[in-house]
Amino acid sequence: MSCADTFANYALRAIGIGARLLPKSDITFCEQVVLIGSGMIWNIYYGILAIMTGFFFATALAVARGSERQILSKSAEWFIFIFRGSPLFIQFFFAYELFVLFPKLSIDIPLGFVTIAADTRWLTKAWFGALVVLFLNTSAYSAEIFHGALKAVPKGDLEAADAYGMSGFARFRRIIWPTLLRLAWPSYTNEAIFLFHATTLVFLSSFPAWRQKGDALYYANYLAEKTFNPFVSYPIVAGYFILLTLSIIMVFSLVNRRLNRHLEPGQRSKIKYRPQVILTR
Amino acid sequence: MQMCVDPDGLAGLSWWLCYLTTNTHYSFYLSFGTILILIFLCAPVVMVLGFAGALSRRSRFLPLRTVGLIYTSMVRGVPDIVFFMFVPIAMDQAIEAIRHKVKCPEVTAPIFQGNDFVVCTAAKMPLSATDQWVHEIYGFFLALVAFAIVFGAFAANTLHGALAAVPKNQLETARAYGMSEKQVFWRIHLPQMWRYALPGLSNLWMILIKATPLLFLLGVEDAVYWAGALGASKTQIYDFPHGDWRIWYFSALLIFYLLLTSVSERFFKWLTLKVTREHNLNTDDLSSGVTA
Repeated sequence: MSCADTFANYALRAIGIGARLLPKSDITFCEQVVLIGSGMIWNIYYGILAIMTGFFFATALAVARGSERQILSKSAEWFIFIFRGSPLFIQFFFAYELFVLFPKLSIDIPLGFVTIAADTRWLTKAWFGALVVLFLNTSAYSAEIFHGALKAVPKGDLEAADAYGMSGFARFRRIIWPTLLRLAWPSYTNEAIFLFHATTLVFLSSFPAWRQKGDALYYANYLAEKTFNPFVSYPIVAGYFILLTLSIIMVFSLVNRRLNRHLEPGQRSKIKYRPQVILTR
Repeated sequence: MQMCVDPDGLAGLSWWLCYLTTNTHYSFYLSFGTILILIFLCAPVVMVLGFAGALSRRSRFLPLRTVGLIYTSMVRGVPDIVFFMFVPIAMDQAIEAIRHKVKCPEVTAPIFQGNDFVVCTAAKMPLSATDQWVHEIYGFFLALVAFAIVFGAFAANTLHGALAAVPKNQLETARAYGMSEKQVFWRIHLPQMWRYALPGLSNLWMILIKATPLLFLLGVEDAVYWAGALGASKTQIYDFPHGDWRIWYFSALLIFYLLLTSVSERFFKWLTLKVTREHNLNTDDLSSGVTA
């Protein structure tokens, strides 16, 4: 089988398109690269969706955490503590067992022109259940970063806003939020990188890889077991993740430049990729 | 216990007493000890590797500096889980391959045969005839090495940052007093570095705690393994039949980790306060920019 055939068979294997059976014997280097690359689809899917949804929830959590209302700040604090204080791996196991216990319900969500039937059974499937866990997890980690940045917003900015007669949401949207993002962005970049890395845990926990549709590490593990040789498949995953990490840094640098566009090029703080605090879970 | 000999006749409190004191439950409780042993054995090795990595990154000798740079960068680009999966199996094969070369020089067949890894019986590590506990200790040891390598790289990042954070004029003052480079390092640079390293090191301790359930992936019979095995539903053929209780076992694990991290957090908060008071510092000076 040529490498082009392999590509046709396995490039989209992780989402169920192409050959049904995984390679079993005489596994070629090309097969390893293509199959593991196909698994990266899941890592990217989890990473992008969790970051994009988690961003908004994290902002809300950070504001709640800084709220003067005890009930808001305490519940945000507990949420953050539970998700940051326990291992993500255990969270996956716990969430899966919890989701299995949910009654099998189907809820219709009318979206104007179409109606989506949301099903609680989705929660026990990796594509949705693991995404929910990752969303909650990254929200907690990001909220802690945003909360730190919120406290660091200069008092003078707030006073100036008050003097201009801004209050409530307008003050938040136009003064606090941009500064908060500017301050938090280097740490948030770091958080995004480690969230993408954490997506490799999904199929190693109890979420089942249905019909052997798994992520990059799932396939790398499978191939290392089949070939008894870890020196090929694991370096391939490592290579893919280095490329992914570099792309995340590139995208986040572009956003950083936009956030700091009012500053002289020399004044712009370059994103520091080596902060003191490391956010693996 | 005497009453536990016939579990079928038990009910209520005595059922629970007997259920929670079975041999498998003792293994479950002991596995929490394994977690603590792993952390405390790991920490000193991590610090040594961290210093080696940070110092080699600062070295004037280019090859050494490159090695240091690669070591500190690798954990930023590649998920730590990949290393946890790769290092133990790679080490195991490397050890067996070397033993194969030494112990059975007469075998000329290649070690990697197609999809197989073949070494002679004498080169197996540990020998297949040895006791089960030797296999378990060996597996734990391989896991420990993997943890030390990954967290050593994280520590190297932190220590490198802390060494760079010490104000330059302090070092220049020391040189102006006529101290040699060695003296500057041991008397000024290193003692001053600690307070900048503290936030990073406390974070490192937390992520080390949170990485311990990954022992499960390496085939060690740890708390995650026992939680899954004990919680799974047991039919009437077992001594203590029950439904699917895994959620309760995983809750127990969750609470254990939350306790461990919150106690550690409190300790580091106290330590930070102590250091800041001794040095008459503002707490904000310690955290670099936005703390997470």
